[in-house]
Amino acid sequence: MVGLVLGTCLALVQHFEVPVLGKLVRGYVALMRSIPLILVLFWFFFLVPIVLGHLGGSGRPVPIGATWTAFITFGLFEAAYYSEIIRVGLRAVNRGQFEACQALALSTFDTYRAVILPQVLRVASPIILSQTIILFQDTSLVYVLSLTDLLGAASKLAQLNGRLVEMYLVIAVVYLAISSAASQCVASLRKRYAIAGLRR
Amino acid sequence: MLEFAEGNRASIVTVENLVKRFGHFTALNDVNLTVAVGEKIVLCGPSGSGKSTLIRCINHIEKHDAGRIVVDGIELSDRMTDVNGVRREVGMVFQSFNLFPHLSVVENCMLAPMKVRGLSRTDAHERAIGLLRKVRIHDQANKYPGQLSGGQQQRVAIARALCMQPKIMLFDEPTSALDPEMVKEVLDTMVELAKDGMTMVCVTHEMGFAREIADRVVFMDRGSIVEEADPETFFRAPRTERARDFLGQIIH
Repeated sequence: MVGLVLGTCLALVQHFEVPVLGKLVRGYVALMRSIPLILVLFWFFFLVPIVLGHLGGSGRPVPIGATWTAFITFGLFEAAYYSEIIRVGLRAVNRGQFEACQALALSTFDTYRAVILPQVLRVASPIILSQTIILFQDTSLVYVLSLTDLLGAASKLAQLNGRLVEMYLVIAVVYLAISSAASQCVASLRKRYAIAGLRR
Repeated sequence: MLEFAEGNRASIVTVENLVKRFGHFTALNDVNLTVAVGEKIVLCGPSGSGKSTLIRCINHIEKHDAGRIVVDGIELSDRMTDVNGVRREVGMVFQSFNLFPHLSVVENCMLAPMKVRGLSRTDAHERAIGLLRKVRIHDQANKYPGQLSGGQQQRVAIARALCMQPKIMLFDEPTSALDPEMVKEVLDTMVELAKDGMTMVCVTHEMGFAREIADRVVFMDRGSIVEEADPETFFRAPRTERARDFLGQIIH
């Protein structure tokens, strides 16, 4: 969620070609997309406390905790991916839509909020969904911060009672169930909010 | 040249020595045009002659490179802080309708009055329905643009522009994207609007329409105004070779 909102902002910065910021954002997105998530998690866990410590002036690392690290990292990491999706979506909107907004004297804010972004989100929703399902599966990576997620819990149980195969099968089924339920849910949402008469 | 423009009526648009370039291509070269309040002007000319560019400069969708444009007493320039102050008073209808596909017909008409003019939802709805009735499409108010025919969509686009209660309406080839049988319903709507006294600048090749409502026909070619006259004179006795060629091509 945080990633989606932040990603939309990043995409808009690039779309408007904001002088310096636009380039920075492009660099950020390229960087985030070229390194593995697991590495980013490590960096945040070990580096950010040190940086915070320096900023705080005490020189001692300020621990931010594994859970917060996970949240922040996922937010920042996913923002890069979502921003690419939204950026492409923005380019897909017909120029005439922008001109119609100009001709009606709509402010830039209203243009994007009421006209452009609703269209972008509708077009991009299947890709946003698949990215979100990937994110859900990636949450298992938090084991590197000794956090326990679904998969982590299952493997702990498996080691306790020695039934590795069964536990991993069960957990695979759970992932499958949740992911396909999400797909179903979005498909029905799409049907409900489909724009009548609009051919894509 | 200016005998028709310089009446005792106040002018709403004044264009002086307008120049517009796209890269090395000069789209408009030293164009002068005055539109009086209540006047109906038809702009015609071969494609690429700069007529669309000219009206797109009037509401600053295209930014001009030199010359002056004054709309409703406000000069358009890059430095101006409130271009929307001008655009509020200038309605525009596009060749490709440009309705908002995700909003219903009535919502298309309500959006700008609510956001820009600050109307309440109830007032905006009332105004929208009133104008949709005027263009005879109020029975489709809750449909989406994709469910309507081209002619119906263009009439919605006209109603959407009118909902802002503009002082002048610009039409950029409003019937060029329509199937032949739908051209008439849009032209009828425009004729009605003209008879209500709206100030209009229309880019169109519909010469019957020009004859019926235009106070003045302006003929453009290669970025300049070549000839202007009242429709009778223009169609019966065009003064320039280029206008004669053009008329020969479009009137079979």
